[in-house]
Amino acid sequence: MNIISIKNLTKKFGDFTAVNGISLEIDEGEIFGLLGPNGAGKTTTISMLATLLDPTSGEASVANNSITKKDEVRKSIGVVFQDPSLDDELTARENMDFHGRLYRMSGNERKARTDELLKLVELDDRADSLVRSFSGGMKRRLEIARGLMHLPKVLFLDEPTIGLDPQTRRKLWDHIKQIKKQGVTVILTTHYLDEADSLCDRIAIIDHGNIVALDTPEKLKGILGGDIVTIKVDDIKKMEELLSKEKEVKEVRNFDSSLNILIDDGAIALPKIIQLAQKAKLTVSSATIKRPSLEDVFIHYTGRAIREEEGDNKQTIRAMKGRWR
Amino acid sequence: MDLGIIYTIWLREIKKFTREKPRIIGNLAMPFLWLGIMGVGLSATIASGGNYMAFITPGVIGMSLLFTSIFSGVSVIYDRQFGFLKEILVAPASRTDIVLGKVAGSATISILNGILVLILGMLFGGITIEMITPGGFLLALLFMALISAAFVSLGLVIAASMNSMEGFQVIMSLLVMPIFLLSGAFFPLDNVPPVMGIAAAIDPLMYGVDGLRGALIDVSRFAFYTDLGVLAAFSAAMIGLAASMFGKLK
Ligand SMILES: Nc1ncnc2c1ncn2[C@@H]1O[C@H](COP(=O)(O)OP(=O)(O)OP(=O)(O)O)[C@@H](O)[C@H]1O
Ligand SMILES: [Mg+2]
Repeated sequence: MNIISIKNLTKKFGDFTAVNGISLEIDEGEIFGLLGPNGAGKTTTISMLATLLDPTSGEASVANNSITKKDEVRKSIGVVFQDPSLDDELTARENMDFHGRLYRMSGNERKARTDELLKLVELDDRADSLVRSFSGGMKRRLEIARGLMHLPKVLFLDEPTIGLDPQTRRKLWDHIKQIKKQGVTVILTTHYLDEADSLCDRIAIIDHGNIVALDTPEKLKGILGGDIVTIKVDDIKKMEELLSKEKEVKEVRNFDSSLNILIDDGAIALPKIIQLAQKAKLTVSSATIKRPSLEDVFIHYTGRAIREEEGDNKQTIRAMKGRWR
Repeated sequence: MDLGIIYTIWLREIKKFTREKPRIIGNLAMPFLWLGIMGVGLSATIASGGNYMAFITPGVIGMSLLFTSIFSGVSVIYDRQFGFLKEILVAPASRTDIVLGKVAGSATISILNGILVLILGMLFGGITIEMITPGGFLLALLFMALISAAFVSLGLVIAASMNSMEGFQVIMSLLVMPIFLLSGAFFPLDNVPPVMGIAAAIDPLMYGVDGLRGALIDVSRFAFYTDLGVLAAFSAAMIGLAASMFGKLK
């Protein structure tokens, strides 16, 4: 079932089109990612869905209400903004309580929910400290807890982990996965590819206000076709020569100390590659197989290659030079 | 109108105020200087000096309410800069209730402040306890509430139309200071040149100070319901304007 449906949503600031007629359906209970570079229009899209910005044209509905019915939509959503929005001079508990009151929760509900959520984001021991004394990661966790306070059906997270260290980010991902388990639909924006990859059920890649690709992370990565096999071998030059003569090999890239080979079904291809090396009396000292990362796909869609309006795989891969990891 | 929302916003104002003890002292510093220097100084030069302190005490209360209220309203700019305003604006709460909550919170603080200034005025000997009737005192509280409501909302209107505190200096000298100086807080307006008289007549604070004088020292230019009516109408208009401007905020 769709919990959000967007039709031709457009936002212009003067002559500048920030969001260019996007259409999109989001299923109930999924974690949906808006992935795009700076200025792509992610925040603008979320602001419109969260009723803080009126669209120039187009329409959208959130939890069965048109976004023109602001109060109805507001009741059913929680929002964690890109920029901090806590009151530093109140404690964590007071920030939660204030929120609960704004959403007309009873005293008992507020208390129970605050305790439950602060525990979820592991801030229960700091509940009565002023937010001013919190680290960036703690503030972000508190904002997420606050966004969930009133049991929203949809939670918007605008760059939830921006500026946080890797450890804190991972912890936040766990929290977000917990939230999904509770049945909340999560829309998150990010320009961290690993974040979109590991969290999202589906991803829309958005660039210059347009959705340029939309699918599950798996399928998006499949778009490039094949696996990337990375091998280390004693004579790299010779190995590269040998491989480029094989017609199953789509592309070989020499990284001086290792070779990256784009090829269908790496698991089957790898033994053949090793055999090939052995026949030529070369020694393979290590080998790994990996799928093309979302980063590769992202460059494919938002990088220069796609602007040149070509769809040829080889050219795309050439544009990804040095991007395989 | 949702009293729950109004109470929520009110509560935050009060909580934050009680946490900033220096603010209470800070708010009293200016009234103290006006009463202690202007009041004492002018009382000594004016022939019929004894009454001047009584005359300016309601004026100083009005002035103090004007400044604390405007600042309180304008401080929403900080909520905007620190992002907290978004948290309020994305909630299912009417903009009018949000403004009313802010007005109620600031008015509470201002009235408290007004009472402290009144006590200060008594300590300087302007007003004696015998002069104040219970009815007069309640009326004074009413005027304090209205003055505060009017200027908190004016502050909110200013905040909603500015993006940073940078423009605030200009607003202070072109709007707030004239309102203050023309209010008749420090000199009687009875014999001023016509131009000034007209300017004073459109100064909402003039009616507030006049109402406070009527309530506290039983001296006033207008009937109390004139003062009350003008001030109430101005407050309502400002609250409405502030609410509509908040509705349009991003
Ligand atoms: N109020 C505004 N007035 C004018 N232009 C705006 C306004 N808000 C956003 N823009 C422009 O719209 C474009 C999209 O902005 P938006 O904030 O949606 O990008 P984003 O994808 O969230 O980027 P980021 O990753 O940097 O947060 C940007 O070019 C931005 O400059
Ligand atoms: Mg953004």
